[in-house]
Amino acid sequence: MCSVREISCKAIIETVRRLFLEANTELGDDVLRCLNAAVSREASEIGRYGLEKIQENARIAREMSVPLCQDTGLAVLFVEMGQDVRIIGGNFTDAIQKGVRQAYRDGYFRKSVCDPLSRRNTGDNTPAIIHSEIVRGDKIKIVAMPKGGGSENMSRCFMLLPAAGTEGVRAAVVESVADAGPNPCPPVIVGVGIGGSMEQSAILAKKALLRPLGESHRNDPRLQRLEREILGEINKLGIGPHGYGGFITALAVHIEMMPCHIASLPVAINIQCHATRHKEAVI
Amino acid sequence: MNKPINIHTPLTDEICEALTVGDIVLLTGDVITGRDTAHRRLSDAVLAGDPLPVTLAGATLFYAAPTPARPGQVIGSIGPTTSSRMDRYTPMLIERGLRGMIGKGKRSAEVRDSMKRYKAIYFGAMGGVAALLAGCVRKAEVVAYADLGPEAMMHLEVVKFPLVVVNDVRGGDLYEDAAARYRR
Repeated sequence: MCSVREISCKAIIETVRRLFLEANTELGDDVLRCLNAAVSREASEIGRYGLEKIQENARIAREMSVPLCQDTGLAVLFVEMGQDVRIIGGNFTDAIQKGVRQAYRDGYFRKSVCDPLSRRNTGDNTPAIIHSEIVRGDKIKIVAMPKGGGSENMSRCFMLLPAAGTEGVRAAVVESVADAGPNPCPPVIVGVGIGGSMEQSAILAKKALLRPLGESHRNDPRLQRLEREILGEINKLGIGPHGYGGFITALAVHIEMMPCHIASLPVAINIQCHATRHKEAVI
Repeated sequence: MNKPINIHTPLTDEICEALTVGDIVLLTGDVITGRDTAHRRLSDAVLAGDPLPVTLAGATLFYAAPTPARPGQVIGSIGPTTSSRMDRYTPMLIERGLRGMIGKGKRSAEVRDSMKRYKAIYFGAMGGVAALLAGCVRKAEVVAYADLGPEAMMHLEVVKFPLVVVNDVRGGDLYEDAAARYRR
C-alpha cells in the first residue's frame, strides 16, 4: 500500500522565509574555518588586512543580525521533492515565492530583481529561481541560496571540443578566474560543472557551490586531484583578497560531473564570492 | 602596508595629486551613491541637455545600493558594486566635474585616461564587508531617482570610510601592480 505524507504550504512558506533570513546574515562555519586558515597562509600584508575585515564583517553581521553583504542576492532554491509527498493548502511554487517575499521584507534585504530590459524593479525580490527534482521518500529538502550578482556576472559556460580534455577544462577554469580578476570580490569559491548539456553543466556548477568548503569531491579521485591542482594554479595568479594582491585568490574549487553527448564537453564555471550563503532544511 | 591617510571631501587638485596607487585612505565627508540605472539616466540627461539632479562638480560617487535601513538605523548594509558596468558613462561625468569614484574591480582604458586628464581618483572599497562599512555612515538620504528603489541616488555623510587607491592621476593601477607582484 502506498502511503502519502501531507505537507502544508504554510510549512513551506515558513521554512523558505527562515532559510533566507539566516543565509543572508550568518556566514557558515565551514567558510569561517577556511578564512582562518587563509589568514595564516596569506603572505601579502594588505591581503591579510582584507581577510581580517571579512572575518570582522561576519562577526558584526551575525551579532547584529544584519546582511553580510548589501547584495542579498537573487533567491535561488534547490528542491528535492519526495514522490510520496502531497502538498496541501495551496500551490507549491506560490508558497516558495511567498516565503522569499516575506524573508526579503522582514529581513530588510535589498530587492535586487528587475525586468531585464526596462530595468524596472519587481519590488519584492521575486521571482525566485527554483531547481527541483523528484526523489524517493515522503519529505521535501529545500536549499536556499541567495546569489550575488557581481560574482554571477563573472561566470561562464564553454562548449569545449572533446579533444580539449582535462587540460581544456583546467585552462577554461583558470582563465575565467584570471579574467574576472578583482571584480567578483575575491577570495572566491569556484563551482565547476563538467558534462551534461549546456544548461545542465551550469546547474552542476551552481550545485557544486553548495558543498561544504574544505571537502573534496566525494568519490572520484580524478576530480579530487583536478580540484586541488586548479586551486593551486588559481592561487598563483597573484590577484589576492579584494584583488589587492596576494596568494589567496580562491578558497576552494568544487567540481561536479556527469556524462555528456559524444560530440560535446560542456564546462560551466560559476563564481561565488566568499559570502557563500546557503542554508537547508528538510520538512 | 602604508599608514592610512585621512582625507576630507570635496576632493581638490591638491588632494588628488597627493594620492598614489596602494594608499590606504580613510574618507570623511559627502558622497553620493549611484549605480547602473542611475548612470543611464544621468547620461540621458546630459545628452538631452537637461539639468542633472545632483551636483557633479567636485563630487565623489559611490557605486552602491544599500539594503533598506531598519527602524532606528541610519542605513542598512552597504558596499561597492562592480564599477566596470559604469565605465561607458564615466568619462562624460568626469568631464562635468566628478572627482572621486568608489567601487570595486577594474576600469576601462577610457576611464583611466579621463581620470588622468581631469585629475580624478578611483578608490576601491572592500566587497562583501557591508555590515562593517555601514558603521562609517552617519547620514543617508535619497536625493534623486527615488522611483528606482534600491538604485535611487543617495547622499551619504561618511566618517573614516576605509578605501584603497586603485587608479591615481598618473595612470597607475593597483590591480595590475599587485597581481604582478604576487604572481608565481
